[in-house]
Amino acid sequence: MNLIVWPEKALASLGRATFTALAAIGRIAIYAGLTLSHMLRPPFYRREFFTALMSVGWLSLPVVGLTAIFTGGALALQIYAGGQRFSAEAVVPQIVAIGMVRELGPVLVGLMIAARVTSSIAAEIATMKVTEQIDALTTLSTNPMKYLTVPRVLAGFLTVPLLVGVGDIIGIMGGFLVSTEQLGFNRASYIKNTVDFLQTPDVVSSLIKGAVFGFIATLIGCYYGMNSGRGAQGVGGATKNAVATASILILAANFVLTSVMFGS
Amino acid sequence: MIELSSVAKAFGKNHVLRGINLTIPRGESMVVIGGSGTGKSVLLKSILGLVTPDSGRITLDGADVREANRDAFLARFGMLFQGGALFDSLKVWENVAFRLMRGATKLSKDQARAIAIEKLRRVGLKPETADMFPGELSGGMQKRVGLARAIAAEPEIIFFDEPTTGLDPIMSGVINALIREIVTEMGATAMTITHDMSSVRAIADRVAMLHDGLIRWTGPVSDMDQSDDPYLQQFIHGRADGPIESVR
Repeated sequence: MNLIVWPEKALASLGRATFTALAAIGRIAIYAGLTLSHMLRPPFYRREFFTALMSVGWLSLPVVGLTAIFTGGALALQIYAGGQRFSAEAVVPQIVAIGMVRELGPVLVGLMIAARVTSSIAAEIATMKVTEQIDALTTLSTNPMKYLTVPRVLAGFLTVPLLVGVGDIIGIMGGFLVSTEQLGFNRASYIKNTVDFLQTPDVVSSLIKGAVFGFIATLIGCYYGMNSGRGAQGVGGATKNAVATASILILAANFVLTSVMFGS
Repeated sequence: MIELSSVAKAFGKNHVLRGINLTIPRGESMVVIGGSGTGKSVLLKSILGLVTPDSGRITLDGADVREANRDAFLARFGMLFQGGALFDSLKVWENVAFRLMRGATKLSKDQARAIAIEKLRRVGLKPETADMFPGELSGGMQKRVGLARAIAAEPEIIFFDEPTTGLDPIMSGVINALIREIVTEMGATAMTITHDMSSVRAIADRVAMLHDGLIRWTGPVSDMDQSDDPYLQQFIHGRADGPIESVR
């Protein structure tokens, strides 16, 4: 008897989880649509936008720079060690450049932004919701979507590509330092190989990914903050779900964008 | 005048409001009392449109609030939230002047700051408080700043959500007196929700008691003590025994 009931329960749980996930995707899509529509209609809150630019962009530079330089250095060591197996260690500059610009730069910056910015946005807005500050905004004739979401999402969309650009350069620099100081590469030829090998589409794809990841990271932070549960547990849950969802969506979007831009 | 007719709201299986009928006459101070979790805040938020009722009608001067222009409608209201709901990232004066610096009647920064300082003075706070952040203030001071923000744009209608919760008796008395003075001085319509009987006696012209999702009793504050309603009597005297079930 139990053997018959168990698969039914398991299937029911799976079905419920699927429907819950699809409903969440639908709600996030509606929220994204609303955010875009509010971006085009006044009023615009310039002060909140500039504050968000500083918080999302400028203040993320240290974490992005440190992540990129260590990753670039490690990547150079790995490529050198792997390349040695078939006498191809000379390709380190080219592979570090393409690996950082096309893939690791945007993905690592996206994930760092999810960790640093998405969590901060979700926790801040969720706390505002729990302490009735969102209701207070509404009673003061201020649309919370325009005042809280639009400036942050716009700042993410505009600044994360710049952070990705900086991350790409610092990552390549990490590879350069390790290759020239530790692996014995010639400085001038390393730079020449890097510059000659990289093409405009590589850089453009990196920046496009940055813009999409910035949009996702900030939108998801705002969405979970606005839909937070009550109390400290609600704030904690909103923050945790925001970071997890943003990270997964960034990785999924990376796969889709890579397929579209380089799949053929 | 605010009128609520058969207003109902449920959250899942929890029927918070079961058909509220209530009139708040223009220029009067209505206090809604009731135990914790009886739906007082939901009632207040339903009028403001922060919560959408499942059924019933709410009108302001005869017009359905759902059909009103949202900005124009909200511009007529000021609200003091239970926890203050001050914006942590803004200075005190920016909180008070928040509405004044935005919207159709946007004032310059200097004008808005001057009005904010005047309103802070009106609620008994010194001008030096203006440049502090909400986190640097005591609970009583935060309530006063919330009150200053609620009256900054001189609204016709002011809502007070549990204005004395978390304050000591002396500070509660100060806030009650301020609310009464300000409402009288401005000629505003006021609606307060509370379970603090000292607030009721200090603030109310009329009282309504909410119990089990319905208005159990309503009348002038002067009639409250003479009422023979056992629910009202149990509540105002804080008795453990009576028709209102208490969890021990």
